[in-house]
Amino acid sequence: MMRLPWFEYRAPRSVAEAARILEGEGPRAMLLAGGTDLLPNMKRRQQAPATLVGLRGVAELKRNGAALGAALTLTQIEQKNDLPAALRQAAAQVATPPLRNMATLGGNLCLDTRCSYYNQSHEWRKAIDFCLKKDGETCWVATASKRCVAVSSTDTAPALIALGARVKLVSSKEEREIPVEVLYKNDGIEYLTRKPGEILTEVRLPDQAGWRSTYWKLRRRGSFDFPILGVAAAAHFDGDVVIEARIALGAVASRPFLIEKASEFLKGKRLTDEVIEEAANMVGSRAKPMDNADMDLYWRKQVTPDFVGYALRELRGDDMRETRLRIARYAVA
Amino acid sequence: MSAKERLEVVGQVRRRVDGRGKTTGQTRFADDLALPRMVHCKLLRSPHPHAVIEEIHTEKAKQHPGVHLVLTGKDFPIPFGIMPVSQDEYALANVRVRYVGDPVAAVIAKDEQTALEAIELIEVKYRPLPTISDPVEALETAEPRIHDYGERGNIHRNQAHEFGDVEEALAKSDHVFEDTFFFQGNTHLPMEQQASLAAVEGDGKLLLSTSTQNPHYLHRQLACVLQMPASQIRVIACNNGGGFGGKCDPANHEMVVSKAALLLGRPVKICLTREEVFYQHRGRHPVLMKFRTGVTKEGKLTGMHLQTLLDGGGYGSHGAASTFYTGVLTPVTYELPRFKFEACRVFTNKPPCGPKRGHGTPQPRFGQEVQLDKIAEKLGMDPAELRLGMVTKDNSLTANWLRIGSNGLAECIREVVRRSNFKEKHRKLPHGRGVGLACSAYMCGAGVSIYWNKMPHSGVQLLLDRSGQVTVLCGATEIGQGSDDVLAAIVAEVLGIATSEVRVLTGDTGLTPVDLGSYSSRVTVMMGNAALQAATRVRDQITVAAAEQLNTLPERVVLSQGRVFAAEDPGKTLSFVEAVALAESKFGTLGAVGSYAPPKAPGKYKGAGAGPSPAYSFSACVVEAEVDPKTGWITVPKIWIAHDVGRAINPVHVRGQVIGSVYMGLGEALMEEQAFRRLPPKLSSALVHKIPSMLEYKSLTSLDMPEVDVALVEYPDPNCPFGAKEAGQGPLLPVMPAVANAVYDAVGVRIDEVPITPEKILKALELKSQGKPARVGPENFPAVPYPAPRFVLPPWEGGDGGELKSADGTPARKAKVAA
Amino acid sequence: MQPKLHMTLKVNGEEVEASFAPYKTLLEVLREDLDLTGTKHGCELGECGACAVLIDGEPQLACLVLALECEGRSVQTVEGLANGTQLHPLQAAFADRGGSQCGYCTPGMLMTAKGLLDKEPQPSRERIREAIAGNICRCTGYNQIVEAIEAAASELAGSKR
Repeated sequence: MMRLPWFEYRAPRSVAEAARILEGEGPRAMLLAGGTDLLPNMKRRQQAPATLVGLRGVAELKRNGAALGAALTLTQIEQKNDLPAALRQAAAQVATPPLRNMATLGGNLCLDTRCSYYNQSHEWRKAIDFCLKKDGETCWVATASKRCVAVSSTDTAPALIALGARVKLVSSKEEREIPVEVLYKNDGIEYLTRKPGEILTEVRLPDQAGWRSTYWKLRRRGSFDFPILGVAAAAHFDGDVVIEARIALGAVASRPFLIEKASEFLKGKRLTDEVIEEAANMVGSRAKPMDNADMDLYWRKQVTPDFVGYALRELRGDDMRETRLRIARYAVA
Repeated sequence: MSAKERLEVVGQVRRRVDGRGKTTGQTRFADDLALPRMVHCKLLRSPHPHAVIEEIHTEKAKQHPGVHLVLTGKDFPIPFGIMPVSQDEYALANVRVRYVGDPVAAVIAKDEQTALEAIELIEVKYRPLPTISDPVEALETAEPRIHDYGERGNIHRNQAHEFGDVEEALAKSDHVFEDTFFFQGNTHLPMEQQASLAAVEGDGKLLLSTSTQNPHYLHRQLACVLQMPASQIRVIACNNGGGFGGKCDPANHEMVVSKAALLLGRPVKICLTREEVFYQHRGRHPVLMKFRTGVTKEGKLTGMHLQTLLDGGGYGSHGAASTFYTGVLTPVTYELPRFKFEACRVFTNKPPCGPKRGHGTPQPRFGQEVQLDKIAEKLGMDPAELRLGMVTKDNSLTANWLRIGSNGLAECIREVVRRSNFKEKHRKLPHGRGVGLACSAYMCGAGVSIYWNKMPHSGVQLLLDRSGQVTVLCGATEIGQGSDDVLAAIVAEVLGIATSEVRVLTGDTGLTPVDLGSYSSRVTVMMGNAALQAATRVRDQITVAAAEQLNTLPERVVLSQGRVFAAEDPGKTLSFVEAVALAESKFGTLGAVGSYAPPKAPGKYKGAGAGPSPAYSFSACVVEAEVDPKTGWITVPKIWIAHDVGRAINPVHVRGQVIGSVYMGLGEALMEEQAFRRLPPKLSSALVHKIPSMLEYKSLTSLDMPEVDVALVEYPDPNCPFGAKEAGQGPLLPVMPAVANAVYDAVGVRIDEVPITPEKILKALELKSQGKPARVGPENFPAVPYPAPRFVLPPWEGGDGGELKSADGTPARKAKVAA
Repeated sequence: MQPKLHMTLKVNGEEVEASFAPYKTLLEVLREDLDLTGTKHGCELGECGACAVLIDGEPQLACLVLALECEGRSVQTVEGLANGTQLHPLQAAFADRGGSQCGYCTPGMLMTAKGLLDKEPQPSRERIREAIAGNICRCTGYNQIVEAIEAAASELAGSKR
């Protein structure tokens, strides 16, 4: 039986109390929400916080209104009919049904970056003399790299980036709100701009009137697997002309990111096959998959434009359900 | 036989006898057991793929609070191994570690957490050795040897057999097809992680309750390693939470907790982590294969030259048998006049490979069936008709002297072709969609035991008393395949009662007669025949006693639905309980034993022991595939399979075995892979399992699994109980080649290796668009120093099943025996 | 070393007291401290679904829930599924229709299926496949599990009429 190490457990009742505990404990403390990311990592001794700050009892994180509380579960997000398609589709494709009943929106946004040299037991990592991300000197994915290239594996972040969402971060000293894309850095170790002591408390979506959005996920199986490519796209149409579009990629770098060039390119255009192909190639060229996740990295790079194409064709109004069922084994509700 | 005309239990859909326990959570798997004063064990495993252990310091671990015992290789001087020819494992490594994960030391402590903490305190000084990661490297590297036994260098097994002059046959053929294939290794991934609980019982004897498929072989090995009389050891095979071959080998942890329990006088428990299960492995060998196959223009095989090269991993395991199985069953499906088979297994610094569902045969079956698809295309024949034109016959011998009994292969082919509409689909579906057909055969029990002896392969004991209670005891092991249900069904059928009236007690070497274990699909046939014999003996006592009461002849007495009556006067009946009481009055305490040993195999040559079986099952499978030509993405919307099971004892569960086999086969075809990673040699000597986790070892989910249409074909085999053959392994075999053939039909590319992944398909499509051969697979077959073959004439060329030898005893060829 | 926690949990409708080390997950406490070994484990990392139980009616993985966070929540395990000696329709259907072979994924599968049928009494075949997509079964290939859940749903619907 894989077991957790010893830790001290704290159960604040409010964000303010949680922030005070974080402030007092410093980096030895970590926040525990759904536990589906942190607890496996702790069992493999990838992370070993001395104190766990359990957020289960913080009611304000479960607010389910215009602002989405960070402790809403992915099942709750998936089932909230007034949310934009990209977010619901992303949430619905994370992990498995029981895990989505546990995992939270905030937890998925703060998901630790992943790497096949890192998401291993302590004993396994000892056999490779550890790696740059944890306890070692070398990045085994790119041995010349000074930077850890662990991959961002959140599904909801690219969706929220495409949707133009913002997150609120609260510490014992201040509150700030930033666009979701600003939450991330392209560094497998320091992958968040969230400061120690800050709690991601809520997500706010801009007005969605006139927007359509979608999320396409590549993974080997229809369930369980983390994305090895996530394509989120949102567009504001006037008739069939794009007024504004945002495309974000996930799981092809240490952060999810917006492809601004594609936004510029699509502005004012109709989504013809040619336009879609050009945009897809433009976006695809930005994907930098590494050999640290499932499936062949060259193939993943190669099919990125196809996935961007699926997303844009769906935004155009094509019926993509059959393709989605084949590729993602996912029937959109 | 009984006067009863119809079968009442066999062939009926019933709740399986263990269904209730399994759905209520009452079935106790090994890790569900706990005993007072129980302590817990963790193993320290090697972080090096190949090294000499120079020093081990355990003092700090011993002093850690809560630690009871620390064991190392010094505590286990006696080696073991499932095959008598490869006793090459130590419970804890004595001098050498041979793969990352090889057990080195053990800590027994008050709880698992404490044991884990103490493991970290053991200091081991290793001297790393050069490593071998694949068979080509193994062939090229004579020194250092991973083991100091075997053929030579790092070759573990090396063998060759030729049944008739194959070169001559190929030379006379209209076409000779030459193809190389690769089958990647994969693992069983049982849901249950192996667990064991050892304790010294009140009678002073050792009891080991464990997740094993083969309690009998484990029992023998424990006696050897612990240097104790076997009579002082009792092994209970708990219900296995899935086996698939992964719990066949006696395992290090079983030896360790047994020793610890003896030393401490306390119960000692271990449960492997999922990662450790990947190291225990003993799964599918990666196999490289080359087929040279001759055919006539009418589509008849003339001869086949098959070469295989197996990546064995760090120990022998079942490897000696696995090596044979990469060829010996190849001639069972189609008439093959001449056959040459060369096989070589090498050692590498990876977890040892062994038997997985289909043991050694899925790999060559894949190559053979894909090659047949190529042959059909070249000859302009329908793949089903090509096969139908050359299926083996009932009651025939193969070139390598295997005796086939009942044979429903032709009907299996016709059935799947009809149900899938194969002929309307094959070569006719739009680009991107295709269907593929493949067939297979499998054994119903290995004809010889793993160790040489003349005793029964299965024993059954039956106890009855005046209460009407029927208890059946057998050493067979329930691993999910339904062996307990088969046992109850056969006894119930013969005694004319319901399965719910039978108490089944299995897999306990202290109480149950020996059964060799749940491997090689042997249980239904061997345990079943033994049960049939025991039950018939008891029934004969009951009929004699009842006949007196019913004023009839014993052979006129019918046992049916809990009643006992004369065939001519069904109105006058005894209850089963009354009849049993009469028999107990007449004969004294009731009981009988039954036993079974397989028929002697016709082959007499050295090596003829691998392959013979009392019967063979047959399967045919059609897979429909959709392939996206832009991405290579592959989906399988539906699979049709027909399986000749002889007779279905419980059709709902036979169907379950068949679908489960298809499931595992489809996983192997598309994504399952026991993959390893070697780090850049300039920086590291690491050679590690790439993905030892449930998440990254890709087992299909419910969303990835298509609907499976199952046709049960019933060609009863006279060697089998009620004609019932196996169902748990054979139906896996045709799935992988059927997928490959469907992919070809869909997009016109050949993927001559498994797993068949989108990136390989896309690569082949790119080659095709460049005008190159549209194929991904091994480019060539290495030069393997196979020995000169043992030459045996096939039955139809006048041989007697023995080798032809020259006067000096060396193998001879063509030398007709002097008249 | 820290002292054990003492806590009252609500399992299968009963209040039970348990003392356990704070690092223990619900899975460990159920199996090791409450002797409820019906809940199985296949990875302890959330990668297999064998330990699925119902927490406040929802399928969740006991291996990734801290036991100390379960105070005041209702936990249902396979041991609580039958009504006395009478099997729940899901249990009966699994036993009769090949839904259970080795039986190891069965408790998690049953509890996941119960979570589904409690919310959606008449799910489509597709919904069933989605709902159990977080429970790996190595034996059955799922076909007969899906059929068993369909049969149980019909049985439950019949008994309510």
